[in-house]
Amino acid sequence: MEKLSRRDFLGLAWGAAGALAITELSFVGFKFLSPRATDGEFGGEFNLGAYEDYPLGSVTPVEMGRFYLVRLENGGFLAIYRRCTHLGCAVPFDQATGKFTCPCHGSVFTNEGDVLNQPAPRPLDLFALSMNEEGEIIVNTSSPIQRDKTSVEDVFHA
Amino acid sequence: MTEKETQIPEKESLPKRIFKSIQRDPLAPEDDRGRMKMVMNSLILHIHPTKTPKAALKFNYTFGLGGLLLLLGTVLAITGVLLIFAYTPSPDAAYESMIALQTEVFFGNLIRNLHHWSGNLMVVVAVLHLLRVFYTGGFTKPREFNWAMGIALLLLIVGANFTGYLLPWDQLAYWAITVGVSLLDYVPLVGEPLTRLLLGGSEVGAATLTNFYGLHIAIIPLAIFGLASFHIWRVRKDKITIPRKIDEKANKTRVTTMPYLVSIEFVFALVWIAILFLWATFVNAPLEEAANPAHSPNPAKAAWYFMGLQELLMHFHPLFGAIIIPGMGLFGLFAIPYLDADMDSVGVWFRSVNGRWLALFSANLGVIGAFAFVLVDEYWLDLPGWLPFLPSSISNGWIPMAGLLLLLIGYYEALKAMKATACEARQSLFTLLFSAFITLTIIGIYFRGEGMAFILPWS
Repeated sequence: MEKLSRRDFLGLAWGAAGALAITELSFVGFKFLSPRATDGEFGGEFNLGAYEDYPLGSVTPVEMGRFYLVRLENGGFLAIYRRCTHLGCAVPFDQATGKFTCPCHGSVFTNEGDVLNQPAPRPLDLFALSMNEEGEIIVNTSSPIQRDKTSVEDVFHA
Repeated sequence: MTEKETQIPEKESLPKRIFKSIQRDPLAPEDDRGRMKMVMNSLILHIHPTKTPKAALKFNYTFGLGGLLLLLGTVLAITGVLLIFAYTPSPDAAYESMIALQTEVFFGNLIRNLHHWSGNLMVVVAVLHLLRVFYTGGFTKPREFNWAMGIALLLLIVGANFTGYLLPWDQLAYWAITVGVSLLDYVPLVGEPLTRLLLGGSEVGAATLTNFYGLHIAIIPLAIFGLASFHIWRVRKDKITIPRKIDEKANKTRVTTMPYLVSIEFVFALVWIAILFLWATFVNAPLEEAANPAHSPNPAKAAWYFMGLQELLMHFHPLFGAIIIPGMGLFGLFAIPYLDADMDSVGVWFRSVNGRWLALFSANLGVIGAFAFVLVDEYWLDLPGWLPFLPSSISNGWIPMAGLLLLLIGYYEALKAMKATACEARQSLFTLLFSAFITLTIIGIYFRGEGMAFILPWS
């Protein structure tokens, strides 16, 4: 290895210190600006009460949580995020046809969120579903779960 | 300094002396030397050289587009600062501020209209400015980097428009931003975290409004101010290209900037201020109902300058429609001056007579080609349906993309066969793509109805 002159060493040290300072400041700035978690509202957890209250084959909109609680015919549950996977429009559920139909660009989804009609590139996103000891449904809306295909493993069984 | 300048005339009153002391040089210079000195020593006028090539004063060469951008920027800064005092950036209060602007605030509607229309006009004028520089070879050495800064400024102007679009917090704003930001979602890897950072969450909400407000009133204007200063300084140092006809030598006769250039600029600015005020008096900026996150309008469209992109996304797999195609376009735009070695045709519109005809032909071909592509893809072509065994990134991405590139390469070779020089062939290719993009934008704005189905705007 070539011998490093004092001048070169100091130059490198200055450069490294500068790069470190910029990295630190960028990190501080990034963390400062990154989104904060909101409690109770959208982004937090929702307690939807006893699971028996939801009839088989029903789709219940939860306005505050921006999702639909779907109970399938087989008794399983899904929490489907309202946001269309194409360009983010709010997808309403059509009770008459039993499908989600996006008003913006014509995507159609089944009651499980599977794509029936493009341009949506993937099924509707889900939120994590769980049940507490009293048998109440809990939906966590902090981060939507993306999926490329629908699967029976997505379905939560009480 | 000569003795004449330093001597204070004895009979001059104090107010007159104070007034004269603002400017370093006399306000009404009597000879050319005085006029040049006045430009050089003035804070504002010194963005100009003291003398200007006479030929460059020709209006139908620059059309004053760069100057108009400066004027629009000034109007936007003044009206924007006024609007800050009448606006609250929170979901509960933003829409009420807009109603108050329309009903309570004196001249509220006028100021908002001026701001809205100047902002939208700025996007159009910036694009026209780019075209003017492009077709007169104004980006050739040593102006390559200034061209790049110009493109960066155009992107910042679009960014300023886009962030401002959300602030009224009506249905139009809410869903245009939702759709527009979702385009970003398709960028691999960085798209999703970037969207979350920009929105301050996973949907447009209170945090988004705060973010966009900060970007709109501070970050982007500051960036534009800094970059535009650099841009104008480079124009001043690199000097303007001098217009000339084919086979004609550039006429380098120069006249003093004061008054020959300054008076033209002054009149031009006054005419445009009059146009803006008239327009803002009679045409209201749109305002729909208050934003309702539960109810998307049908159809939901992005802001008008993103409609070309949204239209592209209807025909290609998102990776191609939102990333690869626009990315390649942008890259080509930055690269083009570094490829151009033909310095002999600088200052000639469309480089040559042949260049002019080829550009005209390409522009028409772009319009027809884009319409044909949209109609064929809408009513006949269905690659994902015909090739169901392929993933849609291939059937709706790589395959049509490869077809498109082959067509473009074929066209480039055909241009060469039509005796186009390399820079004329590139110019024609740019013209084709640009005119196709504008056509897609127009189709997106006017030819898309409910559910984004193809409609005829007049039926």
